[in-house]
Amino acid sequence: MSMPSNSRHTLSVLVENKPGVLARIAGLFSRRGYNIDSLAVGPTEHPEVSRMTIVVNVEESPLEQVTKQLNKLVEVIKIVELDTSASVNRELLLVKVKADVETRGQVLDTVQLFRAKVVDIAPDAVTIQAVGNAAKLSDLLRVLEPFGIRELVQSGMVAIGRGSRSISERNLRPVTIPAPPAVGG
Amino acid sequence: MSEQMTGAQSLVRSLEAAGTEHIFGIPGGAILPAYDPLMDSSIRHILVRHEQGAGHAAQGYAAATGRVGVCMATSGPGATNLVTPLADAHMDSVPIVAITGQVGAAQIGTDAFQEADIRGITMPITKHNFLVTDPADIPRTVAEAFHIASTGRPGPVLVDVAKSALQAMTTYAWPTELNLPGYRPVTRPHSKQIREAARLILESRRPVLYVGGGTIRARASRELRVLAELTGMPVVTTLMARGAFPDSHPQHLGMPGMHGTVAAVMGLQRSDLIISLGARFDDRVTGNLDSFAPGARVIHADIDPAEIGKNRAVDVPIVGDCREVISDLIVALKAEADAGHTGDYEGWVDFLAGVKKKYPLGYDTPTDGGLAPQYVLERLGAIAGPEAIYCAGVGQHQMWAAHFVGYENPNTWINSGGLGTMGFSVPAAMGAKVGRPDATVWSIDGDGCFQMTNQELATCAINDIPIKVAIINNESLGMVRQWQTLFYNERYSNTDLHSKRIPDFVKLADAYGCVGLACDSPGEVDATIQKAMEINDLPVVVDFRVHRDAMVWPMVAAGTSNDDIKYARDMAPRFDDDTEVDLRA
Repeated sequence: MSMPSNSRHTLSVLVENKPGVLARIAGLFSRRGYNIDSLAVGPTEHPEVSRMTIVVNVEESPLEQVTKQLNKLVEVIKIVELDTSASVNRELLLVKVKADVETRGQVLDTVQLFRAKVVDIAPDAVTIQAVGNAAKLSDLLRVLEPFGIRELVQSGMVAIGRGSRSISERNLRPVTIPAPPAVGG
Repeated sequence: MSEQMTGAQSLVRSLEAAGTEHIFGIPGGAILPAYDPLMDSSIRHILVRHEQGAGHAAQGYAAATGRVGVCMATSGPGATNLVTPLADAHMDSVPIVAITGQVGAAQIGTDAFQEADIRGITMPITKHNFLVTDPADIPRTVAEAFHIASTGRPGPVLVDVAKSALQAMTTYAWPTELNLPGYRPVTRPHSKQIREAARLILESRRPVLYVGGGTIRARASRELRVLAELTGMPVVTTLMARGAFPDSHPQHLGMPGMHGTVAAVMGLQRSDLIISLGARFDDRVTGNLDSFAPGARVIHADIDPAEIGKNRAVDVPIVGDCREVISDLIVALKAEADAGHTGDYEGWVDFLAGVKKKYPLGYDTPTDGGLAPQYVLERLGAIAGPEAIYCAGVGQHQMWAAHFVGYENPNTWINSGGLGTMGFSVPAAMGAKVGRPDATVWSIDGDGCFQMTNQELATCAINDIPIKVAIINNESLGMVRQWQTLFYNERYSNTDLHSKRIPDFVKLADAYGCVGLACDSPGEVDATIQKAMEINDLPVVVDFRVHRDAMVWPMVAAGTSNDDIKYARDMAPRFDDDTEVDLRA
């Protein structure tokens, strides 16, 4: 994964938890030619609302178009750009590294150094779980690389703003509008 | 008021409750349950010959009336045949609702007979779409579909209903409220932006009102005229906005863009302030963006925030309904006028009046006695008049119709602007006539376009929808041929349709139960149009056999600057020698 640059922006997107929403958002990015670096989606404190964290690689003015186009989707409730310095960003990494009797000690040292965790062990390999921001995870991988990486899986980034403010509480109240009355009673 | 009924009955009841009076459609397996209760409904269903016709008819209906047009089709091919009209309605912001049948919920995803993922297919070309598998969701979904289609920036909404949901028993209850937490269109413009816009308008010396189709959708023509006359600012109306401001008005410079008038193109090009009202700086208007109106500041008012600043940087963005924006601008500018502040545009208005006079729309009359297509449209506009509705296809005839008919009223010019859908005209005219049975409705079509959707003449003849069709028959795909003439060394690859020989349009009209007329000389044009105008009980098709080498002028070649406009082949307008206005001011 490339290092963060200033054209990378983290968007937190609150969406209605309905089938097809992910397809709608992914389709919008692809047809308008915007690159997604990562996308993570999961439930929120409100059962009818999901939260997506989208890392998008665009300059400022296309970013405005991205958010405006996203906002046009009927099922998108709110979009907030999270400033990296004012938010906590985390990704989850699971990596299976070759480790025999000779190298296991060194691998375990690396795990400790990065405050990662061994979640599975086999005679010739260990599986490591690490949580952190993109920079930390890529540093860890660089150190593990010489031992031999057999398999790697990584989540998209999730992020939350620092402090007590919530982006969701105000927006998750049910908003209803009067339906047009039925014609002819 | 809940009642037990089938999902199909609930669907028809919901469509009635939403105000549907007409549906254009074709039944088939998956939608079949809905067609049974439709027989007992107050809704008039018009059985078309192709689902594309149903979709364009719904568009024509909506564009002519301002109400939501409705079309219906079955699953699979029925639904995919609606793709073109949905994409067209999406581009041109036409409020339509499409109801499609889907295979039973248990069969979805199994490649069942006539299964197509129409919700997935139409995601990028609808304002929103739904898949309903639970019959209890039908009334709420229909209510939401109509609400979304007709509010904010209007557009197409598709409701795909599984056959199992149509067949199951359910409870019908029209919703009292809608829960759309992510859908809150802003219609009231911000007062600070209005004040700022008024300030720029008064400061400017060379302003132009750039009027787009949003003005028509917002029913803002009356307000637009007040604003224009209050300030004296020149007006241009885009292809989508023809009729929003009277063509006969002295402040009107005509249509801008690739085939715009010299005055409208140069008006924008040399302006110091563009006031964009419901327009979107489309590439056909701006030409090469970098050289478009280089000295202009921009006030951009649109109900869709995503249009603002999309193509052109903006000085004063205004999100809001066009009618409200214009009304607020009128109030602000009137207050300024009462305080003695008015704009000084005299030099600019005189300059543009000179350009308009020096470079009027024109055309060459064929020397061999052949028929000029522009002449046909000029006469059609004069005889059928500005109260008639004109629906065009796409190509040369569309541009000539935009220029030479003459529009005085909104909703009287209906065409496919954004998507450029050949075959739009006949079914759109059919829909317009159903929505406005009192109006004369002319389909102005090319011989190429006409052959894409003319099967709807059968629908018109059988269902007493007496539209009139003027085929501008130059026996070729004329606009493509024009480009081949200009940019491909007159190598006419696959543009010759031989339509003066095959088919015989008069016989074809006759075969469809319509009256067929033909005209190939200027002397017969008036009499032929008058004859067509006198027939009101049957559709009429007139084959105007025109000179095939006529070209659309003015023209800005694709990708070039609007400064390089030609008003005839190799003829560029000259301004600088007779320019009175100081363009550096």
